Amino acid sequence: MTALGQPATRPIVLVAQAAAAALGFCTLVLLAAGAPPFDALALILDGAFGSWLRLATVIRTWIPLCLCACGLLFTFRIGLWNIGVEGQVMAGAVMATAVLRWDAAPLSPGVFCTLSLAAAGVGGALWAWLAGWLKTRSGVNEIFAGLGLNFVAQSLILWLIFGPWKRPGVASMSGTEPLPESLWLFQDPSWRIAPVALVLTIAAVALTALVLSRSRMGLCLKAVGNNAVAAVLFGLRPAGLMLLAMLMAGGLAGMAGGLQVTAVYHRLIPSISSNYGYLALLVVLLSKDRALVAALVAFGFAALNVGSVQLPMALKLDSSLAGVIQGALALAAMGVGAYKKTRMKKWIAGWNHDNTF
Amino acid sequence: MLLAGVVAAAAPVVLAAMGETLTEKAGVINLSLDGTIVLAAMAAFAVAYETQSLVLGFGAGAIVGAAVAAVVAGLSIYGAQSQVAVGFVLTLMTKDLAYFLGNPYARLNGPQVAHLPLPGLSSVPVLGPGLFSHNLPVYFSFATIFLLWWFLYRTAPGLNVQAIGENPKAAFVRGLDPSRRQALYSVCGGILVGLAGASFSLCTKVGWGRPQGAEGTGWITLALVIFGGWNPLRVAAGAYLFGLLQVLGIHAQTWLPSVPAQVFQTAPFPLMILTLVLINLARRPSLNPPNPNHHWGRLVVKLLAVRPPAALGRPFRGEC
Repeated sequence: MTALGQPATRPIVLVAQAAAAALGFCTLVLLAAGAPPFDALALILDGAFGSWLRLATVIRTWIPLCLCACGLLFTFRIGLWNIGVEGQVMAGAVMATAVLRWDAAPLSPGVFCTLSLAAAGVGGALWAWLAGWLKTRSGVNEIFAGLGLNFVAQSLILWLIFGPWKRPGVASMSGTEPLPESLWLFQDPSWRIAPVALVLTIAAVALTALVLSRSRMGLCLKAVGNNAVAAVLFGLRPAGLMLLAMLMAGGLAGMAGGLQVTAVYHRLIPSISSNYGYLALLVVLLSKDRALVAALVAFGFAALNVGSVQLPMALKLDSSLAGVIQGALALAAMGVGAYKKTRMKKWIAGWNHDNTF
Repeated sequence: MLLAGVVAAAAPVVLAAMGETLTEKAGVINLSLDGTIVLAAMAAFAVAYETQSLVLGFGAGAIVGAAVAAVVAGLSIYGAQSQVAVGFVLTLMTKDLAYFLGNPYARLNGPQVAHLPLPGLSSVPVLGPGLFSHNLPVYFSFATIFLLWWFLYRTAPGLNVQAIGENPKAAFVRGLDPSRRQALYSVCGGILVGLAGASFSLCTKVGWGRPQGAEGTGWITLALVIFGGWNPLRVAAGAYLFGLLQVLGIHAQTWLPSVPAQVFQTAPFPLMILTLVLINLARRPSLNPPNPNHHWGRLVVKLLAVRPPAALGRPFRGEC
């Protein structure tokens, strides 16, 4: 639209507008709950960044969130709404646990952990492939296929925990028997961050950024996402590319699930995915197809999640305030987008009008 | 007894499913159901607790449902934003908003809808105790099914709803305003969804807490609308089937202690995927002209397949 003389809005202005709108909304919500908005915000910031240990917790939350978001960038680029990412995290966690429960004594723990992470990636990718296959072969909308598979994965985990993998004695919602300490992914005892997980996540961000902006595959995904019909005319095969994008997303999400098992919980628990998949969808909605932006937004979201943990203790507020802020941000971004679009439409209409007379 | 349990458990699901059926018939997917129901449940309980008035409680639920649906419709129809994106964000946000704002109302004893057997009808053998010995929201859920069916298939505005969901351009040419009607029926559907949330916290699972017990209903409702092929009667049948599964799941605990009750409740999802696969199978060229080789396959697909509103999820943009 710049060609027509309409000044383009810089992305930073959009972000600022959305943030201001979200902040306004959250202030209203806090006032409605009878809470001091400034204190609540300060408390969240302190809860996330108040000490090195808290920062470490933020990073521990950032790892799965960022991995899922990176995966989702592939599917968003091709125009798929991979809502099944939540189930893909769970499938990865199940596969990782399955490998770690397999008592092959001669293997060293290091090999075991590597194998389990690889299996996690494969598990997530398989789960994603299922949704992708339903989409490309049977025309099932990926949202409903993914959603259905999420619930199937959740049932699978519950069945495993209460059935075949139940703790000796009594099965409970606390999960499977904890893994022997030798199978935990190595981590610093005070920070409790596994260096391997951190390196994997940073590598995933770099890889996603490179593939999406600098590779042929990234270009093909974008071509299909923007106009599938034109892409076919250029000799691309949308179905194959969609499956590829789903495999990438599922692989990264599965890895996130595997890391939750090997590095965080050291067992399979019913809520192993902790909604990070769904939250990653919000992250990607806010990050405009950019891997680095997604990593930053994911960090901000992780900080909100960790920071709000102390709200119940200090201010007697529910910690779900983090979710309200995250949702408000995403909604505000869409609201600003909608406002711009309608203004643009009016402007174009006016321009056409001026030129007819 | 079983019938009574199923009918009572399914009432909020039926209400929400009717709301979503109306919305989707008009061509709009309101993906925010799961959060809307929880927020409406919270608002209804909080208002009913503060005012000690059930009517105001249900009103609050309806307003919440309408407001969320209005945001989905407004941003997607008039703001050109992705319908599923708006709905999804609202699903997450409204649920968190409910937990946040509802915190002071957790685990309080609030008002509750009274049991109201219908005089005369409730003494009919077998059916009486099963169908007519409930409370007003349950009777309202029965009525909604038939009213919605009658509205969609037997009245002129209802046929217009279908026209807009199938082909908004044609409807526009016929002098209807697709955008405005889609927004209107989204809000109407949202009101029913909000009432569903209110009947959770005031009647089916009385009270508020985290979790309330209504979580997940919205997703199941979305699955049921597809499974029921966007036909109110079939959708309602699906909702009662789900209610039956819920009740059976509790009993199944004694026979199959290793299978948690939650596993039975996910049955609608595989059924939904199967329905969607069948929708596509029915469109396959190999099954469409009568093909003697595929006689049985054709029969099965014809019996089970349904057809979604053709313009579902694709808002009408601009004039033609």
